Amino acid sequence: MELKTVQTPHVPVRYFEGGTGPDLVYLHGAGGVTAEDPFLGALAASHHVYAPLVPGYGDSEEAPEIRDMLDFTLHTWDVVEALGLKDPILVGHSMGGMIAAEMAAIAPNDVSRLALIAPAGLWDDAHPVPDLFATLPFEMPALLFHDAEAGAAMMTAGRNVEDPGFLQAYLVTNARQLGMAGRILFPIPERGLSTRLYRIKARTVLIWGDSDRLMPPVYAHAFKKGIAGAQLVSIPEAGHMVIVEQTAAVVEAIGRLG
Amino acid sequence: MKFTWFNLMPWPYLPDDFREKNRSVWVDIDQKLFDPVKSHEVYNTYMDLLEYADTLGFDGVGVNEHHQNGYGIMPSPNIIAAGLARRTKDAAIVVLGNSIALYNPPVRVAEEFAMLDCISGGRLVAGFPVGTSMDTNYCYGQIPSLTREKYQEAHDLIIKAWTTREPFAFNGRYNKLRHVNIWPRPIQQPHPPVHIPGGGSVETYDFCIDNTYSYSYLSFSGYLRAQALMNGYWKRVEERGVDKSPYRAGFAQTILVADTDEEAERLYSEHVSYFYNRCLHVYPGFADAPGYRTIKTIQTGALSQYAPPRGGYTQLTWKELTEQGHVIAGSPETVRQRMEDLIKGLNVGNIFCLMHVGNMPADKCMYSTKLFAEKVMPKLRNMFPDWDTDNRFWTSPLDKRVSSGRLPKEAPTGADLAKAYGVEA
Repeated sequence: MELKTVQTPHVPVRYFEGGTGPDLVYLHGAGGVTAEDPFLGALAASHHVYAPLVPGYGDSEEAPEIRDMLDFTLHTWDVVEALGLKDPILVGHSMGGMIAAEMAAIAPNDVSRLALIAPAGLWDDAHPVPDLFATLPFEMPALLFHDAEAGAAMMTAGRNVEDPGFLQAYLVTNARQLGMAGRILFPIPERGLSTRLYRIKARTVLIWGDSDRLMPPVYAHAFKKGIAGAQLVSIPEAGHMVIVEQTAAVVEAIGRLG
Repeated sequence: MKFTWFNLMPWPYLPDDFREKNRSVWVDIDQKLFDPVKSHEVYNTYMDLLEYADTLGFDGVGVNEHHQNGYGIMPSPNIIAAGLARRTKDAAIVVLGNSIALYNPPVRVAEEFAMLDCISGGRLVAGFPVGTSMDTNYCYGQIPSLTREKYQEAHDLIIKAWTTREPFAFNGRYNKLRHVNIWPRPIQQPHPPVHIPGGGSVETYDFCIDNTYSYSYLSFSGYLRAQALMNGYWKRVEERGVDKSPYRAGFAQTILVADTDEEAERLYSEHVSYFYNRCLHVYPGFADAPGYRTIKTIQTGALSQYAPPRGGYTQLTWKELTEQGHVIAGSPETVRQRMEDLIKGLNVGNIFCLMHVGNMPADKCMYSTKLFAEKVMPKLRNMFPDWDTDNRFWTSPLDKRVSSGRLPKEAPTGADLAKAYGVEA
């Protein structure tokens, strides 16, 4: 994948591009995405992938003026426009799924194929989503992965926690990335999407890990109920990071959109 | 020097195994640990102690705002301050402060502070904290990376409401108000002195300097550890080319006085241990929501003071806590020496004296407070003679003030009124 920059009315946006096939825009979750992400690589085998970074993620410039859900939604449409894309396959994971669903709801005639992978955006009092912002790093793997041990190894790989500069760099990254994510996810990751889901016209596939403990599968059914004709693909032995734990199955499910 | 007697109002009945059995004293603290019946006495005792400090000649009595917190049972400091405004005579009412990003609309703060200033006869010091991440983000749900912007707007609105003499419209991002016209408005002009509690955010230094507000560092880890942060503040003051009046700064310090150093340890060590071991037991996941601190501040290395020191406070003994300056405790002479070091070292004119600590009972607190007022405070009065007349950061009360209990003992008769108002019977 190649890291590039595209200008938008707010800020220059960094994005990864690679692969051949139908155009596909991938919106990452609150944890961000890197060029080495195996999921991007797998998508690129059959798609022309564009994966823009939310401002503040990675090395991208922050956008203080993007504050609320509508700002995020319109900004991401600005990115699609700036990339010169027309009706790409729209894919989003977690926070990215929330943004993708909002984009499809606000401009239903511009999105014909939508894949939502464990998207945020709904809230059920009986099944509260855990507070990501009060979760310590060592508690994350159990929330994010079906296999917490393997997940922990993946998350800490290449990190030297003894390095004195590590903590500061970690805090700066968190402040930039999760600070921005918090604008639509804190303290409750719900900004009224349930009242807009009915507008979505796209052929929609919902992709969920069976053992997702961050966004419990009960939410899959709520999305399915809200989006006419949506198809649910439940994937066993996968948690919230289903894109990492069962990459091939997720790519296959997206492939059903044609 | 201005000495403010400050009470955090800790809940004094946290169990011995609180730390082991609970993950946090703040945000999600166990509801069952609060006993409303017991709180009746706790609140009244704490308010009695604040009133007692006024009778001993402290310059101010101080209260603050915390939410869902086992060491601060004061979600609304203005309620306590209203009681103090009536029951104290001379001390400034130091509300440190109202977390203005949390009030909707913040005009409420302009109004309530104006009421306090009017009731107290111009004795209000107005504090405007951004609020801790625990209070502001985790308890009150403000979005971390937008909190400062909202705070700034609330500040601008309050100052404008205090200083504008006709109704105005305020078209803010977070507040849309067609008719701002606060009634009442404060006695002190152009508005009560403002103190800004901060914890090392560099943006706050400039904010204080620009507006002639006092910067208050409310730390629990004592003056020795505060040196680097306060040096940063004074360096900025110098860079900005303004005077270095010590009243531009305030510092909170736990102070405990007894007859001798040994007696201080004997009387107070269990209460200090209660505070540092139980009251400061904050779950690290609540200490600092991502986005609450600015990148610039993180890069200066200022971490949340609620991130405990390596190894935690539990390992700190009385000796360590006093030697490292978390707590200044001992005989009047010991305390005087250390206070002098603090005041000179940090160049601070406003001292927020944390004289009630943890689960300290009222009698011990009175003992310590009285010794400080009589044997320590007088000797520290003249630390900054060059700045004696600097009143930019303190109250300007009315010369003639009234207080509670002024009605005649008996209601007048009709005849009395006829006489008083000159009506024929």
